Amino acid sequence: MSAGAVAPALRDDVTRGRTAGRARRRRRFPRPGGIVAFIFGTVWLCVVLFPIYYMILASFRSQPAYLNANPWVPNGGFSLSSWAQLFQGTSMATYLLNSVLYTAGTIVVVVVVSLMAAFRIVRHQTRLGPVAFRLILLGLAVSIYAVLIPLYAITSELHLYDTVLGLVLVTSAASISLAVLLTVNYVRLIPAELFDAMAVDGASELEVFTKLVFPMSRPVVGVVAIWAGIGAWNNFVLPLILTQSTGSTVLPLGIFSIYTTNSGYGVNVPIVMAGCLFSLLPLLLLYLALRRQFVRGLGAFALR
Amino acid sequence: MSVGSAAVRPGSPPAVGARMRSGGAQRLAADILGLSPALLLYGVFIVVPMLFALVLSFTRWNVVGPIRWAGFANWQLLFSDPLAHGALLTTIELAGLSWVVQTPLAMALGIFIAGRQRYRAVYASIYLLPLLMSTAALALMWQGVLAPTFGGMAFIARNLHLGFLDQNWLGDPRLTFYVIIGLVTWQFVPLHTLLYQAGRRAIPNELYEAIRIDGAGPLQTFFYVTLPQLRYTIVTDTILILTGSLTYFDIIYILTQGGPANTTLVLAMDMYNVGFAQTLFGYASVLAVVLGALGIAVALVLVRLTGFGSMRSGQEGIS
Repeated sequence: MSAGAVAPALRDDVTRGRTAGRARRRRRFPRPGGIVAFIFGTVWLCVVLFPIYYMILASFRSQPAYLNANPWVPNGGFSLSSWAQLFQGTSMATYLLNSVLYTAGTIVVVVVVSLMAAFRIVRHQTRLGPVAFRLILLGLAVSIYAVLIPLYAITSELHLYDTVLGLVLVTSAASISLAVLLTVNYVRLIPAELFDAMAVDGASELEVFTKLVFPMSRPVVGVVAIWAGIGAWNNFVLPLILTQSTGSTVLPLGIFSIYTTNSGYGVNVPIVMAGCLFSLLPLLLLYLALRRQFVRGLGAFALR
Repeated sequence: MSVGSAAVRPGSPPAVGARMRSGGAQRLAADILGLSPALLLYGVFIVVPMLFALVLSFTRWNVVGPIRWAGFANWQLLFSDPLAHGALLTTIELAGLSWVVQTPLAMALGIFIAGRQRYRAVYASIYLLPLLMSTAALALMWQGVLAPTFGGMAFIARNLHLGFLDQNWLGDPRLTFYVIIGLVTWQFVPLHTLLYQAGRRAIPNELYEAIRIDGAGPLQTFFYVTLPQLRYTIVTDTILILTGSLTYFDIIYILTQGGPANTTLVLAMDMYNVGFAQTLFGYASVLAVVLGALGIAVALVLVRLTGFGSMRSGQEGIS
């Protein structure tokens, strides 16, 4: 009887001692599991980095050097000729300008429109608010590929085909469902007392929106802006369907056209790589500056 | 739908309107004013196109000419079109294989970067790089690596005498489909890794303490604590991978155009060819409707099988 009671207590002591020892030792020597994890993580790190490394290296070579030298080792052949060709021989400046307009326009439209809607949905005064919310949420199930053909026809009809404005409006519409979901979930956390206080002060709807809703929602505005911005900057299929001329071509299509027009005897890989790297650069710099916000913005892609 | 009712419930009653009693018309005007931009965008560019696609699927149209009624002719064509059947099969294979490859990899990486070690935070921020790239840049970058003769892989194969690396990666009917799976994995694993990282961090530490005191090894810990606790994350992520992989288009359009020998011809690619290349917009709309319905069906089936509440809790901690 007493032996039975003592045994578990004893075992408990022993294990506690052992785990305490292990915890102390872990500080200096990684556990075998940690080493396996380290190796696994490092292997994936290399898988992620090796094509990017290749791209960077190739973009700083001239076409002859790329074809002759070892493409994996940065020895000799350093040249900016591909970058020079990229900006002199192609419409890169136009692509860049269009991409900036497209991205900025989409961010502004998505943020303003979804936050306005979220404000009315949370502080609804008629049945319209909840009904509109449910309707908009159904859009989460719609695949953009299912509506590409009608979008092509409708933008043509509205004289929005081959314009950056058309791209902005269509991309914003495709982003609106998730943006409204995210903003509504945030705006409804604003305490009712704050709205009441502003009502007592006789604030107009516009004042409530600009002085209360917008400032209080800044974190979710950041997430939505980054998510919508990356979606527009990197979009390929909507510009492919909805634009045609060089004057309205955005970066992803621009580098694709460099790829298709440079294929004579083999593609001029260094120019294409410089174009790819150049289109990535702005996002990369922003990512380095705003890493935490970016991770949350990218996480929103998981909800789409 | 339960998302709608749960999220629409306002944190507070509409006290302003109730107290002011300023007339129904005025209150309706306020709601309309705030909601109309969103509803207008959504209606014109999402709802109307959806209905339009459905209507177009019963017509013949080549953009320049008039739209002609075609009855069920396009839908009948769907049943006798071997290319569409192949594309449907390829789409399903791509979705299934993507799930098989991406799920374990993303889970392992997610658990790895959920660790609080400093180097893992650095690794995690590098892992996200593919998500920042446009699909166009990503595909063209890999084109450079995989190109025959002068590509990076071909160079390694020649100089290190690793003959098996000297393949026509993007032109060999036996290989290209799997190369595309690999590239899609490279692109999207970081996103799924983020989900699993959030899922792993949400598991209470007490569970790990308890099973360690019971003397469990790392494998037992994984199968008795980590895996069961990640079940909602797995459900959410599965829906995401399957619905997302129905619409892999950009990489395929840029690198293979559906070839070689139609081995990478997915439904979205087929729709693009039929519609925008052959201008058979009626039949292309049939393929578009099938594609849209497939996505909704996959999401609905998975949600029904696993419960919507589980999906919602799986998403917590992300945004």
